[in-house]
Amino acid sequence: MADVSLTGLPNRRPFALRYPSVLVFIAALALFTLTVTFLSEAMGNGAVSTSFLKTLGKTLCLCLVAISMDLVWGYCGILSLGHMAFFGLGGYAIGMWLMYARTEIIVTESLANGIIPPTAEEIRDGIGTQIFGVVGSSEFPPIWAFAHSLPLQLLAVVLVPGLIALVFGWLAFRSRVTGVYLSILTQAMTLALSLWLFQNDNGLRGNNGLSGLQNLPGLDTVPQATVSLWFFWASALALALGYLVSAWLVSGKFGSVVRAIRDDEARVRFLGYPVEGFKLFVFTFTAVIAAIAGALYYPQAGIINPAELAPIASIYLAVWVAIGGRGRLYGAVIGAAFVSLVSTYFTGGQAPDLNLGFYTISWVDWWTVLLGLSFVLVTLFAPKGLGGLVDLISERKAPNRRGAPLGPDAGALREEEAET
Amino acid sequence: MSQLLEVSGVSVAFDGFKAINNLSFSIGPTELRAVIGPNGAGKTTFMDIVTGKTRPDEGTVLWGEKSQSLLRMSESKIAQAGVGRKFQKPTVFEDQSVYDNLMMALKKPRNPLSVLRFRPDEQDAKKVEALADEIGLVPQLGRKAGELSHGQKQWLEIGMLLAQEPRLLLVDEPAAGMTPAEREHTTEILVAAAKTRAVVVVEHDMEFVRRLNCKVTVLHEGAVLAEGSIDHVTKNQDVIDVYLGR
Ligand SMILES: Nc1ncnc2c1ncn2[C@@H]1O[C@H](COP(=O)(O)OP(=O)(O)OP(=O)(O)O)[C@@H](O)[C@H]1O
Ligand SMILES: [Mg+2]
Repeated sequence: MADVSLTGLPNRRPFALRYPSVLVFIAALALFTLTVTFLSEAMGNGAVSTSFLKTLGKTLCLCLVAISMDLVWGYCGILSLGHMAFFGLGGYAIGMWLMYARTEIIVTESLANGIIPPTAEEIRDGIGTQIFGVVGSSEFPPIWAFAHSLPLQLLAVVLVPGLIALVFGWLAFRSRVTGVYLSILTQAMTLALSLWLFQNDNGLRGNNGLSGLQNLPGLDTVPQATVSLWFFWASALALALGYLVSAWLVSGKFGSVVRAIRDDEARVRFLGYPVEGFKLFVFTFTAVIAAIAGALYYPQAGIINPAELAPIASIYLAVWVAIGGRGRLYGAVIGAAFVSLVSTYFTGGQAPDLNLGFYTISWVDWWTVLLGLSFVLVTLFAPKGLGGLVDLISERKAPNRRGAPLGPDAGALREEEAET
Repeated sequence: MSQLLEVSGVSVAFDGFKAINNLSFSIGPTELRAVIGPNGAGKTTFMDIVTGKTRPDEGTVLWGEKSQSLLRMSESKIAQAGVGRKFQKPTVFEDQSVYDNLMMALKKPRNPLSVLRFRPDEQDAKKVEALADEIGLVPQLGRKAGELSHGQKQWLEIGMLLAQEPRLLLVDEPAAGMTPAEREHTTEILVAAAKTRAVVVVEHDMEFVRRLNCKVTVLHEGAVLAEGSIDHVTKNQDVIDVYLGR
């Protein structure tokens, strides 16, 4: 037998060495988190304002949901246009507890001043009136049955989107819906969900959504600067864990099979792999990651309403991943961070209008056009996205050894380099 | 002798065109069989039916000692039951290394959770190396399959087929794009494989078929035209008319 130790089998080395990008990413994230922490208001430094700190924390959550999108689309080939719906559902699930628990404290305090101590029923009615007054109701809808309990709502963050993804995916994959039809189906699911949330009688306050989520119940004395920092840390930790788990997932044979499904799912079936099971696993798993990202995002945003789950949000998510470079985890992170931060800059009204003399470009309006244009350009001319820039550096170190492809007629010839 | 695969009375039509017409075919557990026939005879469609890609309009396909019907099983279940297939156009996963391609094909539990937990041990790596050695791709183990030449991709697919350790190998035109020396090696591999399992080889090259030195089935217009030794079928007037004499 030939000596194969010389071939440097790719799977023999430790995880971190095989994937140096994971180490680099975690180190960069740690450095970023530390720097921002020291510059934050909570540390007595004003360089990073609390509102900017929230923007950064939210951006980390968007990076996390972008990783989930990259797993499902870039690695598994399922162009889901519904992952922001899972993100939103995670936000709603945690938002219900935040709103309930805080309202409960306020109502209890205000009733405590009365002569007769309030009954449990009075408190409950008070909370109901506070929360559902805007939609002309004070009844507690069944959907809020667990809102009093943080553990149960945390469970809902994971279980509700997870189950929806599981059922939806099972139905779709079982009937072998693929490609653009599957994308349309995910859009339809997203649209249905957001239309349902817009209704006033669904128990989730219709288009008012949930608000006041930035206030942690019982911690009114803690300044927002500190609370924001906590959420920023939590987001950074979630992103790090999400990145590690995803990198581990795509590194081994599982990743191999998933990428093979993306490239030629019929062939994978003939190898004996149950393709539908793999797709369902990836779809559901990434839906749960998206939901966790959403549960960290909305307390920093302070408010969630059905517009957040609109189909366009999921399309934006796909655009971020495409611009960042799909099929590599750091590409998704770069895309989400870059596009969402630049987008905040342009749509936040901070960017000065561009006066062309005959026409003034207002970035608030024109940013979307610019984004759309860059999406088209990236798709056409740089399918590897921003992440492809990394290849330019790494290829300089390890030159491309690819020779000219040989046709069937010269099939037996090895590539030219074999002769040198 | 009990047969490993029994196809009987199978027909399939595409938009009214009968690609397979009342075809019957059977092969024993350790047998090598060559299938020849003109273009469009239905050779590839026959493999599609056995592997579950195409559902026949009528007929039965029975498998193994228990005479299990393959017609109600999914492609992946059929593959797990022990039917391996090499495609006419080499289909390997171009974006992944030769090593990963072979590792994916290696016979192991196929469900997502086992795959997730799977980490190759010393033995698995040895097996992959031995396979790579057999197909002459050891120096290419770390390279992407997409960088291989056409002939090398054929080899890789044969290697993946062997890695699955199937009980029945369906091999569609394995020698296309290979040099005479490589063809000879392919013959050796197939003959050796047929010592312990059933192998069906579709091939146009008569020299190649002759070297396989086995029973030959001639397909024409979706049905069996002749069957027997190579000398027997090449003397058959019908075979000469539709295939050899062209
Ligand atoms: N999915 C399909 N839809 C319509 N027609 C098909 C389909 N698959 C095969 N056919 C037709 O069935 C006939 C048999 O095709 P098949 O590919 O089985 O031939 P073959 O014997 O493998 O030929 P070759 O030697 O060229 O590979 C051909 O006429 C082909 O056009
Ligand atoms: Mg064919």
